[in-house]
Amino acid sequence: MAELALPALTMILTMILTGAGLFFFLAGSAGLIRFPDLFSRLHALTKADNLGLGLIALGVALQAETWAQVGRLALIWVLALLAAGSVALLVAGGALAEGTARGRHRP
Amino acid sequence: MMLIWLYLVALGVILSLAAALWRVWRGPARADRMMAAQLIGTGGVALLVLLAPLQDWAVLDVALALALLAALAAVGFVKATTPDGAGDPEETSPDLPADTAPVADPRHTQGTPHG
Amino acid sequence: MTTALPLLLDAALCALILGAALATVAGRGVFRAVVFFITYGLALSIAWVRLGAVDVALAEAAIGAGLTGVLLLAAHGRLRRLRAAGDPGTGAAAWPAALAGAGLTGALIWAWFALPLPEDPGPALAGAMPHAGVGNPVTAVLLNFRAWDTLLESIVLLAALLGVWMLTRRQDWHAPPGLAQHTASGGVMAGFGRVLPPIGLMVGVWLVWAGAEGTGGAFQGGTVLAGVALLVFMAGLPPPPRISAPGLRLALVAGPAVFLMAGLAGAVLAGGFLTVPPALAKPVIVTIEVALALSIAVTLALMVIGPPEGEASHGQR
Repeated sequence: MAELALPALTMILTMILTGAGLFFFLAGSAGLIRFPDLFSRLHALTKADNLGLGLIALGVALQAETWAQVGRLALIWVLALLAAGSVALLVAGGALAEGTARGRHRP
Repeated sequence: MMLIWLYLVALGVILSLAAALWRVWRGPARADRMMAAQLIGTGGVALLVLLAPLQDWAVLDVALALALLAALAAVGFVKATTPDGAGDPEETSPDLPADTAPVADPRHTQGTPHG
Repeated sequence: MTTALPLLLDAALCALILGAALATVAGRGVFRAVVFFITYGLALSIAWVRLGAVDVALAEAAIGAGLTGVLLLAAHGRLRRLRAAGDPGTGAAAWPAALAGAGLTGALIWAWFALPLPEDPGPALAGAMPHAGVGNPVTAVLLNFRAWDTLLESIVLLAALLGVWMLTRRQDWHAPPGLAQHTASGGVMAGFGRVLPPIGLMVGVWLVWAGAEGTGGAFQGGTVLAGVALLVFMAGLPPPPRISAPGLRLALVAGPAVFLMAGLAGAVLAGGFLTVPPALAKPVIVTIEVALALSIAVTLALMVIGPPEGEASHGQR
């Protein structure tokens, strides 16, 4: 592929952005493993991972060949944000309702 | 140079997916397993985004479909955890304002209440 | 270095897939197996991308990670409410399933080594592509060169839905299909069910349309549309239409019917059942694809929702 023809600046920016994205993914996974209870784990992965995805999408968008690809990357990120936010709230709500019924996880 | 870097980042994302698989195995709550699967969904989307410049930009369409439908399974899970399998946790959640009362399906009000 | 890295990536992906597959069958607990199966579908769709089969990856992502997940989770929830979600993975009942699975794996391995590998992508196909009317070789095979297979598959899908509907009890026949869904009004779930469908509709229609020349197709687009429909129903917005509704039945048979009529027209006008003259191929294929996508979307959504259930069967017992 034509990475030699690209200006060096976008290449470096892509590398920085995707690298930062990976960092947030690994941080999210570390939180998923290390955090003590469901609600902290929810918070770790919903925020860190979607920030990571956004940075990776931004990094890849710098390499896109057409604007349609940039638009698709933006749509992917918006969808992921929307889904992750809604799902995290719903799962937390479900766990809270279930836990309250059993007398645990009371905030 | 950049291609090598993108491959390395993709490898790192796979590593974080493996960590999420561990959480699916470990649990302990069902919500833990489901949220770990959700992370694998997000990570899968990121992996596909990284593969697009490496292989074929059409891969973005797969990432789009995955981002769209990854939430579907999670919504299905939340539904299945409610008492009658068709509800919404916010109907029973204790910290909701009182004016958000559940709206029943017309069919639902005729029968005996569940749960 | 540059050749070793893709190999390493594929190896890591294979390890992920095998790990998810093993955990699905080896772990205790039905729920854990269900979640591992969802992640397995996700990893598999990435593997199809690595193999260059983007169309298959799309179908796997939509079916494996989306629809099957909803179906299995709903089934698990129902078993749990019936207090039947024990662990079936133990005891003598597991052996026939294990033997059948191992047998199928063995047969596939045998077939892999016994069958000749075709040339990539097949000189015959490459030679015929200019007459196909569409640019995507997958679509050309599915809807032109091997249209007979696809026609029968679309009818099989309809038959499967009829099988699901056969579980309906007589007095429930005019009830809407599935459980009566309800959500907190103004809540997150209802809001999500309103925001996502317009975007999903756009993506689904785009995939159907793009299938003629690039990635996508009736099946991929139809599956995405089915997922969007399911989300709308789960969010408790309009309930799914009754299965006796004429419009619904028309949508179900539109795909196979249009396909069949195009085939018969070919028999009369072009000298063979399902024969399409190259000049007309593109409009005919796109028409069939649009009708098929509609039918596939409605059929898959209704299959996941399940048969109509009256009041008595809701909830627990």
